[in-house]
Amino acid sequence: MTVAPSTPMERLPEKPVSRSREIWQTLIANRLAVAGLVVLALLVLMAVLAEVIAPFGINDIDIPNRLTGPSMSHWFGTDDLGRDVLSRVIIASRVSLQVGFIAVGFALAFGVPIGLVAGYYRGKTDSILMRLMDILFSFPAILLAIAILAVLGPGIRNAMVAIGLVYTPIFARITRGSVIVVSEEVYIRAARSLGARDGRIIFRHILPNVLAPIIVQTTLSLAFAILSEAALSFLGLGVQPPNPAWGRMLAEGRNFFQQAPWMGIFPGVAILVTVMSFNFVGDGLRDALDPKQKSVIESRGQSV
Amino acid sequence: MSQFLTKRILQMLVALLGVSIVVFALIHLVPGDPVRVALGTRFDQDLYDMLRERSGLDRPFIEQYFAWLGNALTGDLGLSFRNSQPVTSLVLERLPATITLAFAALFVAIVVALPAGIISAVRSGKPLDYAVSAASQVGISMPDFWAGVMYILLFALTLRWLPSSGYVSFLESPIEWLRHLVLPAITIGLISGSVITRFVRSAVLEALNQDYVRTARAKGLSEWRIIRRHVLPNAWIPIVTVVGLQLGFLMGGLVVVEVIFAWPGLGRLALTAVKDRDFTLLQGAVLYIAFMFLTINLIVDLIYVRLDPRVRVS
Repeated sequence: MTVAPSTPMERLPEKPVSRSREIWQTLIANRLAVAGLVVLALLVLMAVLAEVIAPFGINDIDIPNRLTGPSMSHWFGTDDLGRDVLSRVIIASRVSLQVGFIAVGFALAFGVPIGLVAGYYRGKTDSILMRLMDILFSFPAILLAIAILAVLGPGIRNAMVAIGLVYTPIFARITRGSVIVVSEEVYIRAARSLGARDGRIIFRHILPNVLAPIIVQTTLSLAFAILSEAALSFLGLGVQPPNPAWGRMLAEGRNFFQQAPWMGIFPGVAILVTVMSFNFVGDGLRDALDPKQKSVIESRGQSV
Repeated sequence: MSQFLTKRILQMLVALLGVSIVVFALIHLVPGDPVRVALGTRFDQDLYDMLRERSGLDRPFIEQYFAWLGNALTGDLGLSFRNSQPVTSLVLERLPATITLAFAALFVAIVVALPAGIISAVRSGKPLDYAVSAASQVGISMPDFWAGVMYILLFALTLRWLPSSGYVSFLESPIEWLRHLVLPAITIGLISGSVITRFVRSAVLEALNQDYVRTARAKGLSEWRIIRRHVLPNAWIPIVTVVGLQLGFLMGGLVVVEVIFAWPGLGRLALTAVKDRDFTLLQGAVLYIAFMFLTINLIVDLIYVRLDPRVRVS
């Protein structure tokens, strides 16, 4: 390859790389994050097309073929009622993702505004809001979710609320921390001295600058929300029968464990793969967006 | 130190007060009449009247709260809706099993994470590092209940090395006690350990890149001695922090793991209370777990201060 020697003048007008492009490039350079993204894309596709893909109906009972091992017709075997485990795993992906997204959406919808207000106004507002968040933080997460479900009653909708509530303080804390840092920046002071109203400063100037840690936390929280939903469903507090959920299927499979281990193995693998993909993407996003931020694991310590 | 201690204890008391309000309010959020809901199909007018009067649910909320708090401070958490036994004794009965399991799990976590993290950092970028990182990544994403069920399948049902569930008191038979403890402790311990491993790795890696390590190498110290004398003392602080954070996760994990292994601890008690709609018992169990959780956080903070005096100032 021959390259003409470049003069300094030619090198100067290098195309400026935009920030979003730079983030994307860092992200796709991370092989694990790409693998995670691909798996997640497939999972979402699977959840959307679940009925089309699933070879059998989720409640097609076939007693003569109960507890049969993996075979050509039933890749993941059948359960105690002869239902196809693969079909149930596929359909259950929808519930898991749905609970994950809605619960984390709930946590975002409450946590981020609380963090914005607390971090921007400081003082008494800040103390009151953050002490309230501290109280929610004083319970091990899954226990708080169980207690909330005890009161609201078991079920998928209540599980979303419970998980969402448990995750709210994490978003409030992260948002508040970043807002406090950003509020000291010159451009915020400039906006203020120009007479911009608080609402405008918060939404136009602060929010865009604190999005990075929030995005990372959202991805990681999705992983933990899915784990929490699985645990709650396993305990019988989430999805109710006969609808399949990964956690529930595992609980049901326990009684037939020696005869039919596949009843428990495959739903567990599904949870593991989903959670791991979110973690990979979360870690990759963190490296790309905000290298200083805490890693996945530190947040698992606090949030599961 | 004493000033910091006072401040932290005050903070913990405030948090406890908040926790008590939440725990107390829970019962009032139950749609309808909690006593009626609790009794369900076992409804009996006399029992209903007694429980209702005892729980004082007919009085105003604030008055009830203070009455409840006053009693709670003297160790009286009321009677179980289910079997009319005192909640405090039901909870205290279960406490030793939970504490045993929590410490055993933490022990497993540390015993696995310290060597794995250090080796991973020292061999950074080598195959061994990748193997440790991959294993810890799986551990971090693993649902605890699934891991527990898999261990039962493998070690209890297939290989028959260990019992699949249950609890034997230490006084009865230390060997059986240990045999029953192994699987539940490993279930939680390995997951926590995976998390801690990553922190040990990054803390050690950071310390390894410091100038004083280069100096130590230049002096010709052996690699092991460098790690023991120069790296570890400087890596302790982040490690202690994450171990402390993990305890919160551990306590949460206990609920699920206790259920799987029929371990007679507080977590399983809380879940039984949920299933029976025994709200007074649930309040008691949740209050005690939250109390333990806050106490552990306080202890971790104190250790932290001992390790790093700078914290006191900030």
